[in-house]
Amino acid sequence: MKKILFVGLGVLAVAAAGGVYWTMKPPAEPPVAGGPPTARLISNDQYHNAVSYIFGSDIAISVKFPPMARTDGLVALGAAQAQITNSALELYDQAAREIAAQVTSQAHRDYLLNCAPAQAPDEACAKNILARYGRLLFRRALTDVEMADFLAKTRESIAATGDFYAGIATGLSGLMISPQFIFLIEETEPDPKSSGKLRLAGSSVATRLSLLLWDAPPDDELLAAAENGELYTEKGIAAQVDRMLVSPRLEKGVRSFFTDMMIFEKFDTLTKDPVIYPAFTSKVAGDAMEETLLTLIDHLIVRNEDYRDIFTTRRTFINGDLGMIYRIPVQRPQAWQPYEFAPDSGRAGILTQLSFLSVYSHPGRSSPTIRGKGLREVFLCQIVPPPPPDVDFSGFEAAATTAKSMRERLEMHRTNPTCAGCHKITDPIGLSFENFDGSGAYRTTENGYEIDASGDLGGVEFKDAIGLGQAMHDDPSSASCVVNRLFDYGRGYKTQPDDYDWLHHLDQEFAESGYRLPALLKSIATSQAFYAVSPPIDQPVETADAAH
Amino acid sequence: MNTSISRRRLLRGTLGGCAISVGVPFLDCFLDGHGEALADGSPVPTRFGTWFWGLGMNKKIFVPKKTGPDFDLPEEIESLKPVQKHLNLFTNYRVLTDGRTNFCHTTGWIGLRCGTAPRTRGDLPKPSLDVLVSDAIGNGTRFRSLELAATGGIRDSYSFRSGDAINPPMNSATKFYQRVFGAEFQDPNNPNFKPDPRVMVRKSVLSAVKDQRDDLMKTLGTSDKARLDQYYTAIRELEGRLELQLQKPAPAEACVLPGAAPKELAEGEFAEVVKERHKAMTDLLVLAVACNQTRVINMVYSMSFANTVRTGFPQTHHLITHEEIEDHELGYQVQNSWYLRRAMEAWAYFVGAFANYREGNATLLDRMLIYAHSDQEYAKVHSIDGIPMFTAGTANGKLKTGLHIDGQGEPGTRVGYTVQKVLGMNPSSWGTDSMETNKEVSEILA
Repeated sequence: MKKILFVGLGVLAVAAAGGVYWTMKPPAEPPVAGGPPTARLISNDQYHNAVSYIFGSDIAISVKFPPMARTDGLVALGAAQAQITNSALELYDQAAREIAAQVTSQAHRDYLLNCAPAQAPDEACAKNILARYGRLLFRRALTDVEMADFLAKTRESIAATGDFYAGIATGLSGLMISPQFIFLIEETEPDPKSSGKLRLAGSSVATRLSLLLWDAPPDDELLAAAENGELYTEKGIAAQVDRMLVSPRLEKGVRSFFTDMMIFEKFDTLTKDPVIYPAFTSKVAGDAMEETLLTLIDHLIVRNEDYRDIFTTRRTFINGDLGMIYRIPVQRPQAWQPYEFAPDSGRAGILTQLSFLSVYSHPGRSSPTIRGKGLREVFLCQIVPPPPPDVDFSGFEAAATTAKSMRERLEMHRTNPTCAGCHKITDPIGLSFENFDGSGAYRTTENGYEIDASGDLGGVEFKDAIGLGQAMHDDPSSASCVVNRLFDYGRGYKTQPDDYDWLHHLDQEFAESGYRLPALLKSIATSQAFYAVSPPIDQPVETADAAH
Repeated sequence: MNTSISRRRLLRGTLGGCAISVGVPFLDCFLDGHGEALADGSPVPTRFGTWFWGLGMNKKIFVPKKTGPDFDLPEEIESLKPVQKHLNLFTNYRVLTDGRTNFCHTTGWIGLRCGTAPRTRGDLPKPSLDVLVSDAIGNGTRFRSLELAATGGIRDSYSFRSGDAINPPMNSATKFYQRVFGAEFQDPNNPNFKPDPRVMVRKSVLSAVKDQRDDLMKTLGTSDKARLDQYYTAIRELEGRLELQLQKPAPAEACVLPGAAPKELAEGEFAEVVKERHKAMTDLLVLAVACNQTRVINMVYSMSFANTVRTGFPQTHHLITHEEIEDHELGYQVQNSWYLRRAMEAWAYFVGAFANYREGNATLLDRMLIYAHSDQEYAKVHSIDGIPMFTAGTANGKLKTGLHIDGQGEPGTRVGYTVQKVLGMNPSSWGTDSMETNKEVSEILA
């Protein structure tokens, strides 16, 4: 029996305390050398999260920064290579000026600026403001030289405009266009505990940790811990991790991770043919993405349940627009509400939600090949080779005119040796989604013929997408994939063969936790491996001995 | 409602019922007596543009039978008739891979735009041609270059210094209007110029940003140093542009100001929407060039894996190229050709927009060189031999136009090399390995 429970999204408070995480590190963490420090370009989300925390959520940003290249499965890894072109810098400049103007506006200045000029120009007040926001923006206190430079420009601006607040806006916008803000540059220092080795500076430990858990620069408390040297100790890190895991900001961090892992930028350009799928509007596309994110947050954070169950759970969230395609009556169509698909609905798990089904389809029809490829690449971290350039489509053309079903159309993929190599790893999975058309709507027939949605994954056979979801649940690769992606996402670079022992160890910890995501986050965030660092390429190592 | 802004409509003084301001042309006072040079004797600058469409052509109905002047216009390009005299069409040029993989829908356009075939999927081995050109001629205007994506996609740009430094496109005409003609636009023909102290302040603070360079650099590895170098290059570029804003802009005799921002169009890549978006962007681009805001422009009509959609059809254009059977009687893919005809109509509109805009005793197009190309010859089989290319404009009289050139299997880089020579860049050669050339397409040189 389908049952709709109406609840506001406010109930999605993060429930994390109560001893559900590791309280002690398991022994025998395999050693990891770590890669060179990174200098990631701040992402669009990280920029927004930073501004929202530092200046308040009512500060509007009209700019959307250029997307970065997806590298080795994650945009987060592309960030460590992304450059700022002349055109792109213009956008960072525009955003910085927009924000600074709002912060110093009459509407905000009284509560955002921690002093008012006693008499213009009040240099002590200006310095106070720059020190406060400079520390949060640069993720460390401004150096004396930085302070002197930006204070001088603030002073010049006050003199040129005759307006104290215009001068402050100039100083703030200068901070916000500085590379110290828009590049998340990691700093290293000699490791006093290990001669000849480097360690991340405390402020960089704080940044790496905060990006992993919140997808945002460190907050005041984390920066203070870095400044006090607390992040050089396991105890100090663990205390901060515990605090951050129960913060409401964890939800944004987890959303960002899955948005990246699941390639949700595909929704930026997702459109469906309005004649073929009239109910699938651009709003539905956005709602479909949100449905999956709500499901993940509810399942993994609020309920703290087994990660593998995301492939089998019938719980989801819907609204009126999604109800049109799911063919579910929704009592309050404007609101999101939890919903549980009926056992005979044909749906279970996020792979049977509209997000996956519609993104991995054509504008006007389903695509087993694209769905199979998407599943393997996103959820199993496998690479499906691209098609060869000289494909002979003649067999496919013939099938296109006579085939009764998609399965028959794709028969050529299986029988043609050129195609079979790759398509045998995509099509048997993708065909199990054939009960869903290109918009994600459920169907039992195609062209009047009953759909055969059977398939197999690694030798495990199933009769439909629900069976595939169970196979994904049971496949160790799906859990290993999220472990690997999360570790790469947090460090900002791809794991190397030297890291495999550590990843195996992390897989085991994940399993022992019952595949709980918060536990996995804690395992990573409190590990030595996560912060291990080697010298920058071409930079000599200044040893602790030499430093003294 | 028609939201496009033609110069004629502007001069009639109406645009959607809104009052508009029309810059009164300064006409010949800025040019020499012949309208062929600026009053100070310097030549009228040549502007450069690129135009890209995806998925090539149906050779049978695209490639003219006749070469040279007065070539025939087969049905897939018959929409080019009004602008044929302004174009050169290049067919039968090759992209040579030297044994590297022909990556579907990428090797071809990268070869023609970078002069080098990629080594891996996603590899952009050299800066795109327009970036080389903008390095040479892009200084001295407010924007080094302007990139537009008629697809509406925020990633759809073929202008880049490297794979990690892609120039982001403007993906809506409304945003494009705001960027170029918004609050920071300075009318070059406004006689009452006053430097804005806010701009002075903006420029000044950038020096504080630069002051930290050495301290930051010493902690970085080689590749991150290069990335920061690129950042500081962009900062210097921004400084230069702000410096320009502090000086009275050179008059632009043909500059006409658009009245109001065009309305946002629907999202998506339905062919009808792409057509409208392309038209609205082109209309503004013409004014941006006429108002001397940039000398380099880049327009993407459709991407190489074109996702253009035709209402009521289940597949994208890309999928159609692979799945559609050639019509046995006609001998080509009819559905695929429908999309390619829409692309050629858009190309004709683009060229015509510049050709119909007067600047002194010439047209904007007379003072431009636009380079257009696709990614495949025949998309169905990913052929990269014979990818069609065009040029439009005479580049201030340096090129002949109205010609169809058969490349006879020569590297396609010859066209890009000719572009650079004509623009005065004088490279000794362009391209690498078998794509390297130091031979211009002499047939089109005036």
